[in-house]
Amino acid sequence: MIALGPYCISRKAAFWLVILAASILLGQYGKDLAAALDAKWLIKFPRELTFPIKDDISRFMAWLVEDAGFGLFSFVDLTRGIAWLIEVPYAFMRGLLIDGLVFGVGNEAVQILPPLSWVAVITVVVAIGRWAGSWILAGFVGACFLYLAAFGEWESAMITLASILIAVPFGVAGGLGLGVAGFKWRWLDRILTPILDLMQTVPVFAYLVPILFLFGFGPVSALVATVIYAMPPMVRVTTLALRAVPAEIDEFSRMTGCTERQRLWRVLIPTALPGLMVGVNQVIMLSLNMVIIASMIGAGGLGYDVLTSLRRLDIGGGLESGVAIVVLAIALDRLSQAMVSRASPAHSEDSRSFLKRHPWLTTCVVVIVGTGLLGLIAPAVQNYPEAAQITTGKIWEDLVGWLNVNFFDQIEAVKTFALIHFMVPVKRLLLELPWPWVLFILTLAGWQLGGLRLACLCFALTAFILSNGLWAKAMITVYLCGVSVVIACLIGIPLGILSAQNDRANRVVQAGIDTLQTLPSFVYLIPVVMLFRVGDFSAMIAVILYALAPAVRYASHGIRSIPPELLEAGIVSGCTRRQLLTRIKLPLAMPEIMLGINQTIMLALSMLVITALVGTRDLGQEVYIALTKADTGRGVVAGLSVAFIAIIADRLISAGAVRARKRLGLN
Amino acid sequence: MLPGAQDHGCAGSGCHIAVSAYGVVMEHSPVKLACHNVWKLFGNGAERVMAQTRGNPGMTEIEQAGLIGAVRNANLEIREGEIFVIMGLSGSGKSTLVRCLSRLIEPTAGEILFDGRDLLRADEREMIDIRRHKMGMVFQHFALLPHLTVLQNVAFPLDVQGISRAEREKAAHEVIDLVGLKGRESYYPRELSGGQQQRVGIARSLAVNPELWFLDEPFSALDPLIRREMQDEFLRLQNLLRKTIVFITHDFDEAIRLADRIAIMKDGEVIQIASPEELVLNPATDYVAEFTRHIPRAKVLTAGSLAREGEPKGTIAGAVNASDRIEDIADRVESADGPMAVEDGNGSRIGYIERQQVIDVLVGRVPAK
Repeated sequence: MIALGPYCISRKAAFWLVILAASILLGQYGKDLAAALDAKWLIKFPRELTFPIKDDISRFMAWLVEDAGFGLFSFVDLTRGIAWLIEVPYAFMRGLLIDGLVFGVGNEAVQILPPLSWVAVITVVVAIGRWAGSWILAGFVGACFLYLAAFGEWESAMITLASILIAVPFGVAGGLGLGVAGFKWRWLDRILTPILDLMQTVPVFAYLVPILFLFGFGPVSALVATVIYAMPPMVRVTTLALRAVPAEIDEFSRMTGCTERQRLWRVLIPTALPGLMVGVNQVIMLSLNMVIIASMIGAGGLGYDVLTSLRRLDIGGGLESGVAIVVLAIALDRLSQAMVSRASPAHSEDSRSFLKRHPWLTTCVVVIVGTGLLGLIAPAVQNYPEAAQITTGKIWEDLVGWLNVNFFDQIEAVKTFALIHFMVPVKRLLLELPWPWVLFILTLAGWQLGGLRLACLCFALTAFILSNGLWAKAMITVYLCGVSVVIACLIGIPLGILSAQNDRANRVVQAGIDTLQTLPSFVYLIPVVMLFRVGDFSAMIAVILYALAPAVRYASHGIRSIPPELLEAGIVSGCTRRQLLTRIKLPLAMPEIMLGINQTIMLALSMLVITALVGTRDLGQEVYIALTKADTGRGVVAGLSVAFIAIIADRLISAGAVRARKRLGLN
Repeated sequence: MLPGAQDHGCAGSGCHIAVSAYGVVMEHSPVKLACHNVWKLFGNGAERVMAQTRGNPGMTEIEQAGLIGAVRNANLEIREGEIFVIMGLSGSGKSTLVRCLSRLIEPTAGEILFDGRDLLRADEREMIDIRRHKMGMVFQHFALLPHLTVLQNVAFPLDVQGISRAEREKAAHEVIDLVGLKGRESYYPRELSGGQQQRVGIARSLAVNPELWFLDEPFSALDPLIRREMQDEFLRLQNLLRKTIVFITHDFDEAIRLADRIAIMKDGEVIQIASPEELVLNPATDYVAEFTRHIPRAKVLTAGSLAREGEPKGTIAGAVNASDRIEDIADRVESADGPMAVEDGNGSRIGYIERQQVIDVLVGRVPAK
């Protein structure tokens, strides 16, 4: 131990401080050093040493589409089969909600049934709200959908909703199937886990590239991407929920003489239902998130409206569609949350007839049929009357205009200050760090925190990025992610600590965080671009907003879950409130806070890729360019690089948190 | 009334006396479930260690191989209609042993004979069949299905057999009445208290009218007062139903109270199998003696075990049953004018008992015959 005034730092901490100082020095003077040594390769990874695999991947994909086959059918048949499987129900759902059910094709098509009227759809969501929760919830979701109708977003919202209604069953069923399989066969679980890890860290755009290549531009591609994106949490939740079923219940199923199938479907899955519903909620929210993003490859709907508005710089329209997405997201989230809690029923003695026991079902059927017939004579019942539509586009446009006119200088000053004094120096530092040094540090950190295996992993993943010639772009990614995470943590952790200690603050903060987390990532771009236009600063603000939630949540949870005896021990020892915080709460909550930082990094990286739309120059941009050019290899390699950065950060921090927990004797 | 249930007209706390009397008779009833040389070693390479040591590894050999000897060479014979209690502290292997007996866990070695046939040789189909019709089990934490009502939970074992709804609900209603939960049929488990939940667990395990009834620490999760109430309830049921029972507990008082015979386990080994009385009078090891030391003798000893042969000095003042516990007859013997005759089940005299003997037992002196 080295004594430093009242504080002591361990030898290890001192070692890492020295490493940090050396890194800063190297970053400052690395370029001069390289020049002095006449070794430019120290900064810029030599081109001769790169083994770009992107062309190989592209060639492989081309082979897959053109030549690959499985004997009986070719790969293209397979993709066509999948496309058909999705297209048929999607067409039906679209018919139900938007176009009406049509018989025949092209000019000979005859509409046999009109689509559900807006009145009918609102009645159905209100009924679901009442069934799953309370009248308050019913009124709330009804108001949300009425908003969509009144603000002229109905058709786009219904397209988005149709996509979600198709993607969610596929995602849930697929996730449930894989999760059950992973529960039954340990070896499959061992294969699935790393794949799921990778799928959750590969940025969303990177999914889109190969899917675009395989399925072409259109709603089917978008739905395939959505299902793939939304499925991993369901797989995980299913396996976890099934494992969490008490051993006795499993033993009971066997003692009763259940067959394997009865054991699974009649005992384990129903018992795990509340847990599984949490997974369903996640699938719904992720599907919404992805459907919005997938508007880039032809999903249409609200996301497409935002995208076109952004491209036209139509501020009012973009904001209006953005708010519609927010409204839809909150309504869907509240509904599915209510269903989670409905999974544990209470008794009722009810012996009335079926119709009377299900008043909501009956009402819905009556309203659907009634408005369908009424709509034939009174169009206002079928489609929300255009005369009654409200638009706030002008108001928003004026507001943003007014802000920009009156506060241009202030906003610009903040932006410039942040760029010059914080962002640019960090960026330069990272870009001028010699790559062998970074490689060495990461490997060393892996070795220190997690032993040989982690060291090898860190080395291999970093080497992958180097050898594909993406070093500079990766460093920009690290820089943007890093500055955003630092700021998000500086805001989020104190907020979390505050909300853990003060119940009133907690209610406000939690409500804010809950809302932030339900919003699709795309939405964050809209106000940021309007105020700060394009560039790194806008990207940073959007990333901070998106990634704030876990920093707050984990810090708050970490402090709240400290055993009360420990706090009492502190109080009877005569700690002041401040000492209580710094000596007991913070050290004990540290592992949890670290996990929060970890999650913040993960979210920041996933958001960073989306901010490619506002003109960054990092790996995200690389993926986005690949997407626009449908260049599979380039997109996949850049996407994997982002994922690898995420994995390195995740593994290092998790290993650190595990060590910290062990040292504190927590489980 | 359930098929097979016989009402012996016995109600209330006096019941366990009748059950114990039955236990004396039971020594002649056939063996329902037996296990011979059953081993369960947890860890990799258990079979190899068993083979290397010719089926009899010692403690050191098991530890050296990095295994855990959860059950070591268990031999039990459980007779039809008896309450057989397996007693041991946590980690003694009692839960593992009962799971071997029901084949929820596959033993590493040994044989388990149920009605004379080896359960370990039964294939999956047969095992399902045996469990559906002949076995019932009650769990420590109830293991009720949270999404089903009380009625559906109790009817569940019949449901998986494919029995029609009307029929299974009729049977379920009967057992629900039997455990005193009438009126709660439409409740969900989490709306019930712990004691009520375990009544549901008991009703469910009885719904198929099993021959063999496993109870794995059924009352351990309950409060002491409720526990006692449930023990009485259990004895009342057994008096009606006469199942063959394997009852697991870590509570020696509970074991003494309920058991016809007790097997005491320590570190995976069965160290003594005996009636409660024998355990108290002749503990096999210091470990067993330690358990029995604090047990009031009057609760365990019967008049029969104290009966003196020959002719008493005074005149006989009355008669007690050989199976009566001292606790229950103490008042009568103490206040009687002379010694009391001890009679067996048939009413013939096997000896006499004196006031001083009863007082010795009550104050904890070594009882003299």
